[in-house]
Amino acid sequence: MSLILENIDRLVGGETYINDVSLELQPGSFNALLGRTLSGKTSLMRLMAGLDAPTRGRVWMNGEDVTGRSVRKRNVSMVYQQFINYPNLSVYDNIASPLRLARVKRREIDRRVREIAEMLHIAPFLDRLPLELSGGQQQRTAMGRALVKDADIILFDEPLVNLDYKLREEFRDELRAVFAERNCIAVYATTEPAEALALGGNSAVLHEGRLVQYGRTEEVYHRPRTILSAEMFSEPPINIIDGCVSGTEVTFDSGWHFPLDDDLRALPAGEYRFGVRASHISLTPQAGDDIEMRMSVDLAEISGSETFLHVHNERVHLTVHLAGVHEFCVDAPVTLYVPTHKVYVFDREGAVVHIPSHLGGI
Amino acid sequence: MGESEMTDSTSNSPAADARRRRQARPVTRQWRKRALMATYIVFVLLPVYWLLNMSFQSNTEILGGLTLWPEDFTLEHYAKIFTDANWYMGYVNSITYVAMNMAISIVVALPAAYAFSRYQFIGDKHLFFWLLTNLMAPPAVFLLPYFQLYYTVGLFDTHVAVALAHCLFNIPLAVWILEGFMSGVPKEIDETAFIDGYSFPRFFVRIFVPMISSGIGVTLFFLFMFSWVELLLASTLTATNAQPIASVMTQTKGASGIDWGTLAAAGALTILPGIVVVYFVRNHIAKGFALGRT
Repeated sequence: MSLILENIDRLVGGETYINDVSLELQPGSFNALLGRTLSGKTSLMRLMAGLDAPTRGRVWMNGEDVTGRSVRKRNVSMVYQQFINYPNLSVYDNIASPLRLARVKRREIDRRVREIAEMLHIAPFLDRLPLELSGGQQQRTAMGRALVKDADIILFDEPLVNLDYKLREEFRDELRAVFAERNCIAVYATTEPAEALALGGNSAVLHEGRLVQYGRTEEVYHRPRTILSAEMFSEPPINIIDGCVSGTEVTFDSGWHFPLDDDLRALPAGEYRFGVRASHISLTPQAGDDIEMRMSVDLAEISGSETFLHVHNERVHLTVHLAGVHEFCVDAPVTLYVPTHKVYVFDREGAVVHIPSHLGGI
Repeated sequence: MGESEMTDSTSNSPAADARRRRQARPVTRQWRKRALMATYIVFVLLPVYWLLNMSFQSNTEILGGLTLWPEDFTLEHYAKIFTDANWYMGYVNSITYVAMNMAISIVVALPAAYAFSRYQFIGDKHLFFWLLTNLMAPPAVFLLPYFQLYYTVGLFDTHVAVALAHCLFNIPLAVWILEGFMSGVPKEIDETAFIDGYSFPRFFVRIFVPMISSGIGVTLFFLFMFSWVELLLASTLTATNAQPIASVMTQTKGASGIDWGTLAAAGALTILPGIVVVYFVRNHIAKGFALGRT
């Protein structure tokens, strides 16, 4: 059960929703579609499902061209961001409906519905109507309906967005377990890099209707091919500082000079953009090659046991992700240390030219 | 209301005094509101009461002088209506063509409203507007063409004739109301159904129609109402076989003059079906007036 998208374009009323996307999804794989809102995640999923037809390009399923085939004749299922259930059918009938339509035997339907309900913890509510359930239970019902049939492709369009934090964690763990024993292609759209990382599998990064990068999730995270990919796949977004390399020295806009790390010596002279992950910057020196930066504090956001510190100087704004709770006064001076051996370097066009050597280099 | 006043007046602290003064104003305002409402209701219901009053009086009492309630209570007018075929067939005719019209309108309007709410096609907005313009023209405009056409094709003086004629304003109305209700149903439900493997007709009947059932109820109410009260088309397109009750009522001048009492009884009975229908849709009617757009 492989799914291949071949140079897919989708235009609606002169607007480009999907721009030349080619993607090959392997059977049994779990794929996260990562992108901001309006990046084309939903459009791409609708094309995969067959709810929309591509303007150009072909869709192949198991080696068969299914480009114009209606969604009814494809074996897919989909879970939406909103909780979509049939309000006039009980939870049981909701989950059973795809099987009934496929003319599965009654006893078999009953067995599978109960099995799924057990797995999703909605077994006690089978006789209720969906609207009598909580949001999480409604979404579980929708998932049950999607999972009960042996679909070739299961699409999740930000299914956890409308759920609270605790439920989302629970759901994610369950999802991983569900898919571990299936041989279908799962596609999961999300705006959050952390969610994609937690789910594992593969990730496709989308930006403005284009596919930026596709690969194993850790690979995409650690080895972004472009600045866009790096920005999308980190939360808070990776810090970008423009600088100029000449000989053995790097000069940042604001006129600071720093000697180049051994790794970076190989860079030819010229202008570059340096990327530093927020979590790599620290308040204390970590190694001898740290760049020392004097900044002043804009804002410190405390989120759980972490602190997001926003700082600036004359030229740059940085976001620092610190473990633990730290308190800062606004405009207080702060000295930060940036480890040069963890820095990504991109050229002016945004393509990566240097990846930290502990991550395998370029 | 009175209870809170009582408890307040028992305490004599200045604070309670001030509180009472503050509360006193809303209480009088409440009473003023109620008095206004009562007056309004009295005025609105007065003609209805008068109609009922007359229907239980004998003709001599009606013509005699002002009596506020029937002193000579009689059911003879009602008895006459229920025994005289001329009278009760008027009701049967009216109900027949109204029911036919409701059935035709809803069957046609459901798919039409679905198309308007779900699909974009060239000129969809113009078509929708054109449909609505049919509501703006007085039915009298279409009287002559209908009459001529029905007479030629042999539909004159049949129930179908009136039912079809009333579609002129009832179908646009039904499409309008239903479209609002349908647009309130997320499109994803349709898509989920198709992903699950529902065929369109099956989805429409099993999933979609139950979801907008209150909308359909409200629509049926409006269809009933407009078809029930329409007189001009109904009386012109019929002669004897399909004559509506309202038209029968206009022809009650007998040799002894107008039969006031029977006329009043017929009027009272004409109001009745409307009340019954309103009772069934009373909880949805406000949403219906908002055309489903909450």
